[in-house]
Amino acid sequence: MPSPTAILIEDEPQIRRFVRAALEAEGWLVHEAEGLRRGLIEAGTRKPDLIVLDLGLPDGDGLELIRDVRGWSQVPIVVLSARSDESDKIAALDAGADDYLAKPFGVGELMARVRANLRRPRGLPTETGQPGEGSDPVFRFGGVEIDRVARLVRRDGQLVHLTPIEYRLLSVLVTHAGRVLTHRQLLREVWGASHTEQSHYLRIYMGHLRQKLEHDPAQPRHLLTETAVGYRLQVEG
Amino acid sequence: MALATDGRPDPDQLLDQIRGAEARATQGRLRIYFGASAGVGKTYAMLATAQRELAAGRDVVVGVIETHGRGDTAAQLAGLPSLPLKEVPYRGRVLGEFDLDAALARRPQILLVDELAHANVEGSRHPKRWQDVNELLEAGIEVWTALNVQHLESLNGTVGAITGVRVHETVPDTVLDRADEIILVDVTPDELLTRLKAGKVYLPQQAERAAQNFFRKGNLIALREIALRRTAERVEDDVRHYRVQQSQGPQPVWNTSGSLLVGVDELEGAEQTVRAAARLAGQLNARWLATYVETPRLQRLPSAERDRILAVLKLAEEMGAITSVLAGDDIAAELLKLARQQNCATLVLGRPRRRPRWRAPLARRVADAAPELDLVEVGRSPASRRLPSPLPREVEDDTPPGLPRRWLRYATALAVSVLTAVLATPLIGWFDLANIVMLFLLGVVGVAVKLGRGPAALSAVLNVAAFDYFFVPPRFSFAVSDVQYLLTFAVMLAVGLLTGQLTAGLRFQARITAGRERRARSLFELTRELSSALQSQQVAEIGEAAVRASFGGQVRVLLSDADDHLPAPPELPPGFDLAVADWAFRNGQPAGLATSTLSASAWHYLPLKAPMRIRGVLALQPAQARWLLIPEQLQQLDTLARQIAIAQERVHYVEVAQQALVQMESESLRSALLASISHDVRTPLTALIGLAESLRASRPALDAEQDRMAQAITDEARQLHTLVSNLLDMARLQSGAVKLRSDWQSVEEVVGAAIRQAAPALAGRPVQVQLPAELPLVEFDATLMERVLVNLLENAAKYGQPPIEIHAGTEPQALWITVRDHGPGLPAAMRGREHELFDTFTRGERESATPGMGLGLAIARAIVEAHHGQITATDLSQRGGGAEFTLRLPRGTPPAIDPTE
Repeated sequence: MPSPTAILIEDEPQIRRFVRAALEAEGWLVHEAEGLRRGLIEAGTRKPDLIVLDLGLPDGDGLELIRDVRGWSQVPIVVLSARSDESDKIAALDAGADDYLAKPFGVGELMARVRANLRRPRGLPTETGQPGEGSDPVFRFGGVEIDRVARLVRRDGQLVHLTPIEYRLLSVLVTHAGRVLTHRQLLREVWGASHTEQSHYLRIYMGHLRQKLEHDPAQPRHLLTETAVGYRLQVEG
Repeated sequence: MALATDGRPDPDQLLDQIRGAEARATQGRLRIYFGASAGVGKTYAMLATAQRELAAGRDVVVGVIETHGRGDTAAQLAGLPSLPLKEVPYRGRVLGEFDLDAALARRPQILLVDELAHANVEGSRHPKRWQDVNELLEAGIEVWTALNVQHLESLNGTVGAITGVRVHETVPDTVLDRADEIILVDVTPDELLTRLKAGKVYLPQQAERAAQNFFRKGNLIALREIALRRTAERVEDDVRHYRVQQSQGPQPVWNTSGSLLVGVDELEGAEQTVRAAARLAGQLNARWLATYVETPRLQRLPSAERDRILAVLKLAEEMGAITSVLAGDDIAAELLKLARQQNCATLVLGRPRRRPRWRAPLARRVADAAPELDLVEVGRSPASRRLPSPLPREVEDDTPPGLPRRWLRYATALAVSVLTAVLATPLIGWFDLANIVMLFLLGVVGVAVKLGRGPAALSAVLNVAAFDYFFVPPRFSFAVSDVQYLLTFAVMLAVGLLTGQLTAGLRFQARITAGRERRARSLFELTRELSSALQSQQVAEIGEAAVRASFGGQVRVLLSDADDHLPAPPELPPGFDLAVADWAFRNGQPAGLATSTLSASAWHYLPLKAPMRIRGVLALQPAQARWLLIPEQLQQLDTLARQIAIAQERVHYVEVAQQALVQMESESLRSALLASISHDVRTPLTALIGLAESLRASRPALDAEQDRMAQAITDEARQLHTLVSNLLDMARLQSGAVKLRSDWQSVEEVVGAAIRQAAPALAGRPVQVQLPAELPLVEFDATLMERVLVNLLENAAKYGQPPIEIHAGTEPQALWITVRDHGPGLPAAMRGREHELFDTFTRGERESATPGMGLGLAIARAIVEAHHGQITATDLSQRGGGAEFTLRLPRGTPPAIDPTE
């Protein structure tokens, strides 16, 4: 199996250095770019399996690159952001980025995100939450088992009753397991395009899911809150 | 008030009527106890009612009551709270006067102010008590007062004629008309006389004299009739108003077909014409106008006469008329022009005293020219009194405008005659006398054109004499040999007088036109200059220059500051009274010279009324005080003031917009700066942490000591990041650059996120969370509230001992969250002043080894307070140990969830 290819677009050489080291340690072939234009060229020519992108680039906004790449590729994009404001993370995610890391971040966090996003099934109709071809119909995290064919959820072997909305919400999270989903994305997938502003729906239903599936709902290990951005289903915890 | 130049109703006036109705709503009510004469029991009735209202729990206060030593009345006063009288020194004595300022400060529900017609002591704010009452009503205080019929302005002449007693203290009819309630206090004349004899009305020694003069039965009957009739008129108005309101139809603004025009003339008694017109207009419910037509002849009247005429116009204005001064040759033509313009159906004129034989009287001429107009001729009775001049004595002045001094003009005329005679003498052999006389004629015409009518007449006579004496044979004698020269003399005299007359008329017209043009031009120039003003200072200077150009004298424009106060000018010109200016500014009414408020002042103060609010005061000490009595001049001043006010308002809003822009720019600059600092600090920290971690993962593996060092680099870098974040957050919170992104949030979620966020600081210390099952959603900014909890958790980890506990619960209005540890509790030094923990840079222990700068709690408090919540600290070392931090957030009403979804 040939080495997977990653493109690292970041203007700060020291950050490039350690990110590159971390990726290479796990067997990645890394191509670096220090600006937006160079990054676009690399993305277009290297057929990458991963793009790691800094949002604040000297020659333009990383958002443009995300939109551009999403026009022709579903390659996972992990965004690095040094801004304290959540709104540009949300914008990047809504534009099609798969995950984000706020600076400063550790190598461990970075590699966990990279792995989560590579596991993601690709090209599936996510609305239904149906399993893709060849994947295991039973999804597991913690003590929870989700049988996506039988539409049954068990926790520690006990059948858990979920309402249709709770199940739909859970299956959207499962489909994108490991990745952060913005409020807007979740609302659109579960409730439809007309409910994208009503994020309090999410809070209530996520609360229900945690009550039913987490051991300590106030300190969840899997159904995590990305404050002001969205939610993430963390499988290993 | 201004006249519209065409015949349509003035829209401003319609607006005034609507505004009047609005103003009414906020104004106090006026109740007048109205009686035929003193002693009918007005004060007694008023006090009796006041006692009832007081018993009913209303706030009734006596402003001033005149008991005139009547026992019954004084008894009624008992128990009513009253304002002390203000002591005013006057000519060596101390008089007790009604204290207007005390009343305004006290603001009772109902204020009793007796004797509405009372004239205040000189030096009071208003010359008349009814003006004090007006100010009280404006301030929203209900006023009860008492008034006798003979004190009513329009009935003053009539009553004077009946009783033979002149009253000097009068009240304009408008005051009675605006009263919300009129209560007629009535007794029969016999009863009144009985009371008088019983000594209940005046003090015994005064009673007899008073009875002889005034309290004659015939007088009393007549007065009673007048009072009853006046009240009946008022009741009739009320009925009509009521019907109109009931019919729900469009309210007639005024009887448009029946406007009334009164021509004010120069004769004594013109004020009676005005009073009669006011009465008539009141009965017809018609709008009325008063105008004075100034002809060249009238213009030459002495200044005292002209002041009197202007005083009559002012009286008309007080009684509700729209006033104007017109200039023209023909009074009849000017009156008719105005009557047609303003759609007047009735013309009221005073009866001419003496009738010149060769000229038809004014009424006849008007009647001939406008047969459709109703004419009312008002007689003149001797009982009328002279109106006081509205100007204080000392500021009256008299400078004849225009031409050079009188004696100089006559001297010039004489010189011209002499010169003509000298020049013509050498020509005597060469020219016919018929031609020489032409030179003399030329001299007369020249004098007439240049010097006016009087010198022209003198010149005609002198030239005739000189021509006769020096040229007509026999020379050097006034004897005339040839009779035909008499014709020459007659023609020369006639030409001189006629030319003088014509020239005077022309000059008069030219002066009027020039004045009109000057007014228009000054207004135009002011508007043009003001349009380029960008600062308040410029507006004031341009305004002052323009008013000075029109009125001469001294001008000050004071503009209000941002707090809506009138700032004191650096140096006050002599006679300028800032208190009067402030009064005009506060009340939005002109004050000072030639007004009804503080008229003893040497300056005239005009509020600068702009559409939004009053922008300042225009103060003017004109070169001639009389100018302020001429309606056209006042109107001009008003227009100038309005232009200045509007310009100032424009400048004000330009300044507001600029300030907003600057503020916006500085805010966005600040938040850009903070964002950039935050970005610039995070980037190297990211590299530091990442590189240190890479080091630990490098091959071959580091030895134990090296690994610990790499770990320490990571930890210190993260701590530095927390510190910098705290500093930047504090800067952002303190600069107000933080905008809350509040949403309906779940407490469970934010607590969970905070614990995960604080994990590095907690370093494995357990956190016990106990939340009730159904906590409501609360509105807050999740990022910031997570920050508060993270800071509290980090504090607990730093200073306390596990277990760390988080609890939450609800109160009716609030939701509370507590973070508690089981450590040593708050430091002993902080106990009793726990709130100081939240001050910036306060730490429990100074210079301790524990890192941090004491910013965490300050940030927590800033965030919680931005959410209108509270954060408190409690020491629990006496109760199981530890410190507890509690934050309370207002609950609000969470949005509903559609159950079908």
